[in-house]
Amino acid sequence: MENSIYLDEARDPLIIAEGWMKDGKDVAIATVVETWGSAPRPVGSHLVIDADGNFHGSVSGGCVEGAVVTEAIDVIGSGKAKMLEFGVADETAWQVGLSCGGRIKVYVERLG
Amino acid sequence: MDPYALKTLNAERRARRAAILVTDLGDGRDRIVREGDQVAGDLGVAIDRAFRTGNSGSVEAEGRTFFLNAHLPQPRLVVVGAVHISQALAPMARIAGYPVEIIDPRTAFATPDRFPDVALSAEWPEDVLTRQPLDSYTALAAVTHDPKIDDFALKAALDANCFYVGALGSRKTHAKRVERLLALGASADQIARIHAPIGLDIGAASPAEIAVAILAQTIHAFRSRGLESKGAVA
Repeated sequence: MENSIYLDEARDPLIIAEGWMKDGKDVAIATVVETWGSAPRPVGSHLVIDADGNFHGSVSGGCVEGAVVTEAIDVIGSGKAKMLEFGVADETAWQVGLSCGGRIKVYVERLG
Repeated sequence: MDPYALKTLNAERRARRAAILVTDLGDGRDRIVREGDQVAGDLGVAIDRAFRTGNSGSVEAEGRTFFLNAHLPQPRLVVVGAVHISQALAPMARIAGYPVEIIDPRTAFATPDRFPDVALSAEWPEDVLTRQPLDSYTALAAVTHDPKIDDFALKAALDANCFYVGALGSRKTHAKRVERLLALGASADQIARIHAPIGLDIGAASPAEIAVAILAQTIHAFRSRGLESKGAVA
């Protein structure tokens, strides 16, 4: 919940990622590191993904999460971090893009 | 991300302490910086700014690109006194992004009728604050005028290093309060942190106007945290 003074443990992406790690799962963390124009989620927002494609949190409010999850599974396999960019001006915009007209940069890294 | 960094970050967040995850976007290495940790150079300047504003972002330093993800606890406002001022202050503060909790042992004042949708404790501050301690991301405003209720909370707020401590009352009332707080063991430096008379001087007259003055002073205190020592804010 917004403005709660305590963490919402059941929905907080970083708490969930730590729980997954303790359960022995492979985890990737995606973070919005830059936004231009009207981006739906602020810089610093997280999406956490496990190797089976389960995810929590959001980096765009639903527009590009599918693509980020696919890339994240790749990152879990290779261990190499990736910088993804999404926006309407993007070639990939036909498949996944931000209909709001903004652009975002998402850093995807493996946990551990 | 380093698993140890994630564990440390989550522990800090659970404890309502500020922390910044610093990631080198070139090689992916990361570390946690806590408030008050000394970091040199341009990176240190950017980290100080991120702690103050709570804004995350990238910064170029030492020929590298770092991403600073600032995790600040949600600031909150504890009001001692379920009085007329508090009735105006609670909704205003919530809208401004500072959730409010009101404490007043006088059950005739602390009623849900008078304070709909507000966290309300009809108990002594001693009892509530033992259960839910104050911290440096909490502001405390004492507005009962009654030393039996206000004094303990004020001393606790100073000891917990609340980012804002305000107390209702004239200069004369405050002079007597200073004597009592000294007797309770507060230091002169601590007592100097109390804003009294409470609120920015905007000539507030009505309870709602006083609430505006208190809220404005709270916001100013929050946004200038840590700047006093550097002389950037008077």
